[in-house]
Amino acid sequence: MEFSEHIKTANVEDVVLQQPLHPPSRGTLCVTGHHLLFSDRKEDSPRQLLVLLRNIDAIEKSVENLLSYYGLFSNTGRSERVSGSSGTIVIKCKDLCVLQFDIPGMEQCLNIAQSIETLSCLDCVVEMYPFFYRPSNAIPWDQWGLSNPEKHYTETKELHERWRLSTVNQDYSVCPSYPPAVIVPTAISDDALKKVAKFRQGGRFPVLCYYHRKNGMVILRSGQPLVGANRKRCKEDELLLRCVIEGSDKGYIIDTRSPQKAQQARMMGGGFESKSCYSNWKRLHRQMERGKTLQESLIKLVEACADKSHNMDRWLSKLENSKWLSHVQTALSTAGLLAECVERDGHSVLVHGSDGIDCTLLISTLAQIIMDPSCRTLDGFLGLLEREFVQAGHPFQQRCAHSAFSHARLQQESPIFLLLLDCVWQLWRQFPLALGFSEALLLRLATEAYASNYGTFLCNSDMERCALEVKKKTHCLFRALLKPKEREQYTNPLYEHTKLAIWPSIHPQSLQLWRGFFLRWTQQTRHLEEVQEEIRNMVNEWGKMPLS
Amino acid sequence: MEHIRTPKVENVHLLDRSMGQRKASIGTLYLSATHTMFMEKHPETCKEIWILHSMVSSVERLPTTPAGSHLILHCKDFRIFQLLIPQEKDCFDIHTSLLRLSRPEKYSELYCLSFNPNVNKEEREESWNFIDLMADYKRMGVPNNLWVATAANREYRICETYPSELFVPKSATPAVIVGSSRFRSRGRFPALTYFHQDTLAAVCRCSQPLSGFSGRCQEDEMMLQAVMKSNPGCDYIYVVDTRPKINAMANRAAGKGYENEDHYTNIKLHFIGIENIHVMRNSQQKIIDVTEKRSPSMTDFLWGLENSGWLKHIKAVLDAGVFIARAVADEGVSVLVHCSDGWDRTAQACSVASLLLDPFYRTIKGLMVLIERDWISFGHKFSHRYAHLDGDPKEVSPVIDQFLECVWQLSEQFPCAFEFNECFLIAVHTHVYSCQYGTFLGNCQKERKDMRLEERSHCVWPQLWKDRANFMNPLYKADLSQCQGVLRPNTTPYCFKMWKGLYNHVERSTSPRQSPADFLTAVRAESQQLEEELTNHQERIAALTGKPIMWVKTEVKRRILPVQQRDCGPDPPPAYKVPVPTPAQDHGTLEAVSGKTKKKYPTLPLGQPLSGDDLSHWSDTESGVADLSSSGDAGDECQETQVDFTATGINLFKHLHQRSL
Repeated sequence: MEFSEHIKTANVEDVVLQQPLHPPSRGTLCVTGHHLLFSDRKEDSPRQLLVLLRNIDAIEKSVENLLSYYGLFSNTGRSERVSGSSGTIVIKCKDLCVLQFDIPGMEQCLNIAQSIETLSCLDCVVEMYPFFYRPSNAIPWDQWGLSNPEKHYTETKELHERWRLSTVNQDYSVCPSYPPAVIVPTAISDDALKKVAKFRQGGRFPVLCYYHRKNGMVILRSGQPLVGANRKRCKEDELLLRCVIEGSDKGYIIDTRSPQKAQQARMMGGGFESKSCYSNWKRLHRQMERGKTLQESLIKLVEACADKSHNMDRWLSKLENSKWLSHVQTALSTAGLLAECVERDGHSVLVHGSDGIDCTLLISTLAQIIMDPSCRTLDGFLGLLEREFVQAGHPFQQRCAHSAFSHARLQQESPIFLLLLDCVWQLWRQFPLALGFSEALLLRLATEAYASNYGTFLCNSDMERCALEVKKKTHCLFRALLKPKEREQYTNPLYEHTKLAIWPSIHPQSLQLWRGFFLRWTQQTRHLEEVQEEIRNMVNEWGKMPLS
Repeated sequence: MEHIRTPKVENVHLLDRSMGQRKASIGTLYLSATHTMFMEKHPETCKEIWILHSMVSSVERLPTTPAGSHLILHCKDFRIFQLLIPQEKDCFDIHTSLLRLSRPEKYSELYCLSFNPNVNKEEREESWNFIDLMADYKRMGVPNNLWVATAANREYRICETYPSELFVPKSATPAVIVGSSRFRSRGRFPALTYFHQDTLAAVCRCSQPLSGFSGRCQEDEMMLQAVMKSNPGCDYIYVVDTRPKINAMANRAAGKGYENEDHYTNIKLHFIGIENIHVMRNSQQKIIDVTEKRSPSMTDFLWGLENSGWLKHIKAVLDAGVFIARAVADEGVSVLVHCSDGWDRTAQACSVASLLLDPFYRTIKGLMVLIERDWISFGHKFSHRYAHLDGDPKEVSPVIDQFLECVWQLSEQFPCAFEFNECFLIAVHTHVYSCQYGTFLGNCQKERKDMRLEERSHCVWPQLWKDRANFMNPLYKADLSQCQGVLRPNTTPYCFKMWKGLYNHVERSTSPRQSPADFLTAVRAESQQLEEELTNHQERIAALTGKPIMWVKTEVKRRILPVQQRDCGPDPPPAYKVPVPTPAQDHGTLEAVSGKTKKKYPTLPLGQPLSGDDLSHWSDTESGVADLSSSGDAGDECQETQVDFTATGINLFKHLHQRSL
């Protein structure tokens, strides 16, 4: 497909841009296949704005046609009449930035709006910008990603006795959303795994995702068992779980649904592990919201933040009504529960909800940050995201198709990843010295997940990425974030290694609105950014001082 | 002493509820004339808790249980202690004593008159001169050809609640001042509080006029005219009535009210809408209730916060300050501020405005000066508002709490703009209530003079100044653009947060191990020290070689900072664990014996699927950080507990005063 056929007007002069935190400026607006470019072409202090079209969530246009007035008073040519009309485009980005362009000429305005509307929601992955992005100081192609399951397994030597690396999913036939290699109990054969996969939603049989070095306990995750109304059993599944807790008296299953929801799931062919079949496993249910509910919560919150009225009651009630902070609280408390089972109680845990690709990944990731110091460094955190979200099959493309402004009908959108980042921010705020990365990293990730130059968050699974050769044809975000200059920007200057678990407080007073993200484009947040900069300078200055 | 029936009770269980403590400490409770003390028996921790009687706001006795009797102490600094006393009689005695001791009837019973921080007479007298208001007026350029000192209120002749030294417009004659004062509630005539040198505009304050529906007073009109004339560049002034307009109108029926714009030429009247002390008192009670809930859901919390209206009131106070500061700095217009009597809302609005206008008031010394001027000298009724003596509960209201909270909200918005940190604000808050020093005693300057407080008590400011190392904000950077000149805060509702540090001690207790402030303070201190050493070396080398040396900084790898408290201790204590029962340990706890609280912590929730909304298990505990309430200073204090406290209480506590708060 040629992008140019969607671009009727590529350039408009004399456009006025209104952008938060900046005075309005006048310049040229330009639409390309993937970008919106604005430049005021001033020589001394040029201002340029480059917006990825993919970053645009919603566009509102209004045109004012002054043609009739002019028609009454003059008989001049068409071109002059058109100049009497004008239009305004308001662009609402997925990173919550709102831009306004005042465009002279109704036709040009409509043309630009139409191009943006079409080009910002192209469905075809290979036509997206990451496939065209060629950074000047690119990292060699062979270095895609930070790690892979094989390497992860080899590095975790403690695992080798009882756990093996299975390549049963090599061709993605057993579980389309899993990576080709997964870690499973040694005692379970690949044939058994295939049977277990048939018994679990989406073929997501239980796999190991975390090994707690302190006590040898593990976290596994899976899809829900397909028990169904007639209480189907799968002896391989039962055996697999029995192997996991061999030598221990019990294990926990954390189900991210309420008991009622889990019951209802049985009517639809899903279900939960019954006590009689899984005798040594104790189920704990925690209702976590997902899907549409979560997306609507985000929309309401962003709406509340945009309310400029000075009514305190209204703000607090809108904040409450959005329920976003309640979701943060639930996510952190469920992750805390998971970590508590492993770290304090010393038992292994299996986590699942229904599909095992949303809340399951959310809480297993958070629990690892709580317990494992190696996940709290910049490298460790990115590695964790790669392992637990990208490779583990969180469907980024579906979940992050739209953000809070879109008027499109909701489909598979859900801000699970954003919720994760928010929860990590809460941890970062409660333990300012324990995490090795900065708030800027979380903000960058929140932006990149929705629109990116890099291929990391493309597609919904490893299988899709493999089919489209994402690793060969795009660049890797995680790698780029670890380059020296970026590393400097994204490390936490206050970081000090602690081997202790960081147990978050989930008291409502201890949880705050993530201003850095939700109020990112306000002056107040700028002040706080300046403060972070100040802290970095202070620590750097101190670090550079020679010892006397 | 006569109020103490039982000075010592053994085997008392104490639970610091505000710290989120779950397991009670067991120890001995002592009662002295000034403090309630609790000494933990545990051989390793030896925790001590000192509660000043004047900090106790209420004592509640719960019905007796088989295990003993419960007392709940609510403190004015929002701490809550739950005591379990084995014998009902002891509990009754303690309760009765505390009820009496926490509500002194005469000033002579107050702690500050017996408290002696080990300084001699000269030092004490000197302490009262630590803050010099005249020097501050001089700093802002007063007196000058626009504003002059007036002798009108010498000996408090025309206004009992005003200070004796005041500044008024140069053109205001004594007759005008006296006439104006007769037309103002309680004689509080317009007087200068802040003069802005950049624009020559001023902030003045007074009380409401006694105008009723039609009354007028020529002198008062001349007085306002004089205020206007003292700002050469401007032909009108703002009169800011900080009350809601409806309240101001209601006052007219009582012969009071607000300025009639038909009578006063060249004024612009502006209402702000800060509610009265009764509304504020109820609002604060509601927010305290919210924070005291043990495991509220997010919805409960946000509803409670909204329902309390507290943040709305804080916003109103800040909005008042912002309006005044804008008028003075941006428009160059002088402002006259009043409410009803001009000692509560007026004090709030004027002091917030000064803080926004002048960077000096954002320093430690500056805030002291500001409080001394706008609150203490201008007759804010400390003893009534903060219940220093047993009196009319309707007079009590958290007026200065709101000012301090405004400062805190601003410091959250401009983290580099304030020299002091949250602890300083909390320390001031504590001393306002504690009556340990004479500074905040009484209701006006005259009352303090009559009580001869300067001879009989100590001033708190030098003490806080001495401890200023604890109150420094390491991020303070006066040269950062956001901190210079006038602060222009955003007052959109989302900029306001609940002040956890004040209301919720749980949050405060987390800081030592994960506090960027401590880290940065240490960084800053070390950097300074190294810089100094560097300079010393340079000087010495220069002296030796006879020529100055250019020093080139070398890149050195970051070092590990030797900050003691940042060392990680053992694993965090069991905190918000849901599943695991720890049978043996739990028996000593207060929860275990009290049937009332037991329900909240099911010992074995595992096994049965818990209902989805059962978030109550995830309660308020702060974890990841050990219970630090007792760490650090425990060692040297253990000795002190050997002393027999049943003797004369007072002298023993002299040198321990700091810990008691």
